[in-house]
Amino acid sequence: MLEFIKQPWHWAVSGTLIGLIVPLLLILGNKKFGISSSFRHICAACFPGDIKFFKYDWKKEVWNWFFVGGIVIGGFIAANFLSNPGELIQVAPETVETLKGYGIKDFTSLLPADLFNWGNLFTLKGLIFFVIGGLLIGFGTRYAGGCTSGHSIMGLANLQKASLVATIFFMAGGFISANILIPLIFKLIQ
Amino acid sequence: MSFNDHVETAEEIRIRHEDTLCTNESKLVSSLWWYNLKYTLVGIIFGIVFVKAEIISWFRIQEMFQLTSFFMYGVIGTAVVVGAISVFTVKKLGLKSIYGETITFEDKKLNKGQIYGALIFGIGWAITGACPGPLFAQLGSGFTVVIVTIISAITGTWIYGKFREKLPH
Repeated sequence: MLEFIKQPWHWAVSGTLIGLIVPLLLILGNKKFGISSSFRHICAACFPGDIKFFKYDWKKEVWNWFFVGGIVIGGFIAANFLSNPGELIQVAPETVETLKGYGIKDFTSLLPADLFNWGNLFTLKGLIFFVIGGLLIGFGTRYAGGCTSGHSIMGLANLQKASLVATIFFMAGGFISANILIPLIFKLIQ
Repeated sequence: MSFNDHVETAEEIRIRHEDTLCTNESKLVSSLWWYNLKYTLVGIIFGIVFVKAEIISWFRIQEMFQLTSFFMYGVIGTAVVVGAISVFTVKKLGLKSIYGETITFEDKKLNKGQIYGALIFGIGWAITGACPGPLFAQLGSGFTVVIVTIISAITGTWIYGKFREKLPH
C-alpha cells in the first residue's frame, strides 16, 4: 500500500482528490474552499491598522488557519514519508532545455534548489522570486477576490461568471510572466 | 468555554464577505476551538495531495505556462469537474452539514478586480511557481525559505487593504 502511495500520482487521481475537498468542507461545516483568505485574516488579527477592510470579526474565520496549518503538516508528511528519495522529478524535455538556457542546473527536487534557498534571500534573485513574487500573490489574489482554490476550483464549480473571468486572467498573467518576464528576469540576474 | 461570543454587526459581516469567496457561513463558530481540528485533518490530506500531485513544483508551473505538458491542465480540469458535480449534487439533494446546517452558496459580482488583480496574481504565480495553497505545502515539504514568500504575500494583502478604496473595482 505504502509503495503504491509513494510513486508519483496520475493527474486524474490528484485532480479528483482536490475536487473532493469542495464537498468535504461544505459537509463538515458549510465552509467554502479557499486559501488566500488566510493572509487577510492574519492582517485583520495582527495589524489591522486603521483599515476598514480589516475591521471584521476574524475569529469567525479561524477555521481557515487550521486548514492551512494542516497543509503545511501534509507537505511535511508527503515529502518525508511518502516519497521515494532520489527519484527524479518529471519535467517536459522542452521546458528542461528552456530552463537550462536560463541557468537552472538543479532538477532533482520539486523546486529548483539553486534558486529557492536561504543563501539567495538578500540577493536580487531572492528579492524577485521570494519578496516581489509573494507581494504580487498577496495583492493580486485579494484584489481578484480569491486565488486558484477560491475562484478556479470553488468558484468555477459553483458556476460563477466572476470566477471564470478571474481564472482566464490568472492564466493570462501566468503566460505573460512565464514567457516574457521570467526570461527577462533571468537575463537580469545572471 | 466559548471562543468567540462577539455578535457581528451587519457592517462587519459585509466587510468579512468583501473580496472573497471563502467565508465561514456557519452559525456554530462560537463552539469549542478544537472543533476546528477537523479542518487541519482535511488540510493534511490536501497538503499530501499537493506534494504527490507535484502541484507545488515550480517546474510543473513553468511547463503549464510554456504549454509543454498537459499535466497541470489535467489536474485542475479534473478538480473543477469533480467540484462542479459535487456542488450540483449538494444543491440538488439539499444536503446539510454534519451539524444539520443548510449548506449555502453565495453569488459573487463581477468587478474589475477579477481582471487587474487576477493578472497581477498570475504574474506572481509563474514567478514563485505557486498559488497560495502550494506555498504552504512547499514550506512544509522542506523549502523553508518560502516562509519569506508567505510573509510577502501577507504584506501584499495588507497593501491591497490599505489602498483598496483608491483602486478601480
